[in-house]
Amino acid sequence: MIKIEINKKLHGANGEMDLNVNLEINEGHFVALAGKSGSGKTTLLRILAGLESSSGVIHIGDEVWQDEKFSLAPQQRKIGFVFQDYALFPNMTVEENLLFVQNDKALAKQLLEVTELSELAKRRPSTLSGGQKQRVSLCRALMNRPKLLLMDEPLSALDPAMRTKLQNEILTLHKEFGTTTIMVSHDPSEIYRLSSRVVVLEQGRVVDDGLPKEVLLKTDGSQKFSFEGELLELIKVDVMFVAIVAIGQQLVEVVVSPMEAKELNIGEKVRVSTKAFAPTIV
Amino acid sequence: MLETLKTLDLTPFILSFKLAGLTTLILFVISLPLAWYLSQSKSKAKPFLEAITALPIVLPPSVLGFYILILFAKVDLAFSFTGLVIASCFYSLPFMVQPLQGGFEGLNKNMLEASYLSGKSKLTTLLKVALPNIKPALLTALIITFAHTVGEFGVVLMIGGSIPDETKVASIAIYEMVEIMDYGTAHIYSAIMVLISFVVLLSVYVFNHTQKKIGGFH
Repeated sequence: MIKIEINKKLHGANGEMDLNVNLEINEGHFVALAGKSGSGKTTLLRILAGLESSSGVIHIGDEVWQDEKFSLAPQQRKIGFVFQDYALFPNMTVEENLLFVQNDKALAKQLLEVTELSELAKRRPSTLSGGQKQRVSLCRALMNRPKLLLMDEPLSALDPAMRTKLQNEILTLHKEFGTTTIMVSHDPSEIYRLSSRVVVLEQGRVVDDGLPKEVLLKTDGSQKFSFEGELLELIKVDVMFVAIVAIGQQLVEVVVSPMEAKELNIGEKVRVSTKAFAPTIV
Repeated sequence: MLETLKTLDLTPFILSFKLAGLTTLILFVISLPLAWYLSQSKSKAKPFLEAITALPIVLPPSVLGFYILILFAKVDLAFSFTGLVIASCFYSLPFMVQPLQGGFEGLNKNMLEASYLSGKSKLTTLLKVALPNIKPALLTALIITFAHTVGEFGVVLMIGGSIPDETKVASIAIYEMVEIMDYGTAHIYSAIMVLISFVVLLSVYVFNHTQKKIGGFH
């Protein structure tokens, strides 16, 4: 059981903010941390890693990482951390990056095999693609057999195809090592596929906490489909309007009446929903 | 001309390079922790330390020489080669610290944190991660410090005087040749200085240029 009770004053982009988080996480769970930028997600990860100070307590099992008088150095916490920008050591080969953490050749070999990187073991990071770099970074984070794996938007710099591939690998590694994991992510499909619990932060506070299904499925009432998107344009067609809405990677057209169109502003978040109809999934 | 070349006394150059080599070595050892501290520190003392480090750039060499001379009078180091090395270390300090500090500040902070999270101490991180990833800055610091020490004149004159085989370095020797109007030797000495300095600087720029092309450093 991981117990987190921390408090820190932040001077963020949105002015002063109190980061106040109380969480208990079961061992072996995969927790996704969601919320708008500036809500304190990254700071929470950095506090857990010991890279930033805060007041409060952090207990990992029967170990104390932080209490009111004491804070364990990042070096002693045995944490795996995956950064969004990979943060590999450019002067070392892929293999050396892993062995730098722990001189455990068998584990390095196993990790590189799982992530299909064995052939790149002698290459320098600067010669790898983004996806390959992030896999190396993931392997490196697992080299000291961490009690807690922290990932700060690990896949947000990658294209959708590479994301799916890496999500599978994260899942494989999580099953194989059973490491308790906290991952910051904005991508609902990613959260749904990987995590067993979602914690949503807003202005430094937990505003939602539960199963991905409960938190992410945004249909309420009798709606069957409901998508959030951004309104890009309103085009007048005879007496009606056509709204162009970006939902994820896709653009859709929705017919709206002049009355409805008056209420809408270009650039704002809108929800497209529909009731009874039988969709086909191809 | 050939006769002059044959009888040319090269001791001033050997002295200059010995002085520059020792100064560079000592300054590297002193500056490495200092530059690392300055690059990582958020302390209020940092601007003061930075200002003190940069002082030798703006101070006239005579001011520096004067104070060092007063200091040395008590420990009997003036007009000796050892005294010259110590004075040069003061004089060339910013040329070692500033490029190193700039190199360290340009490193990816996450990369350094990744090393700490791997359980590595600050010292291990400095030697195994930070230093190998600032090679162009490191080379610049070493070469510029060396070249700057070879080229120093004012401090050397005040602290070392001009004792042959002890403190008479190349720049002092040229000054003396001009004073006694031996323009032939002064020409040769000066030409050697220009040539060496140019080759040294050229090699730094060529190295840094190729490093950028390879793209191994950002």
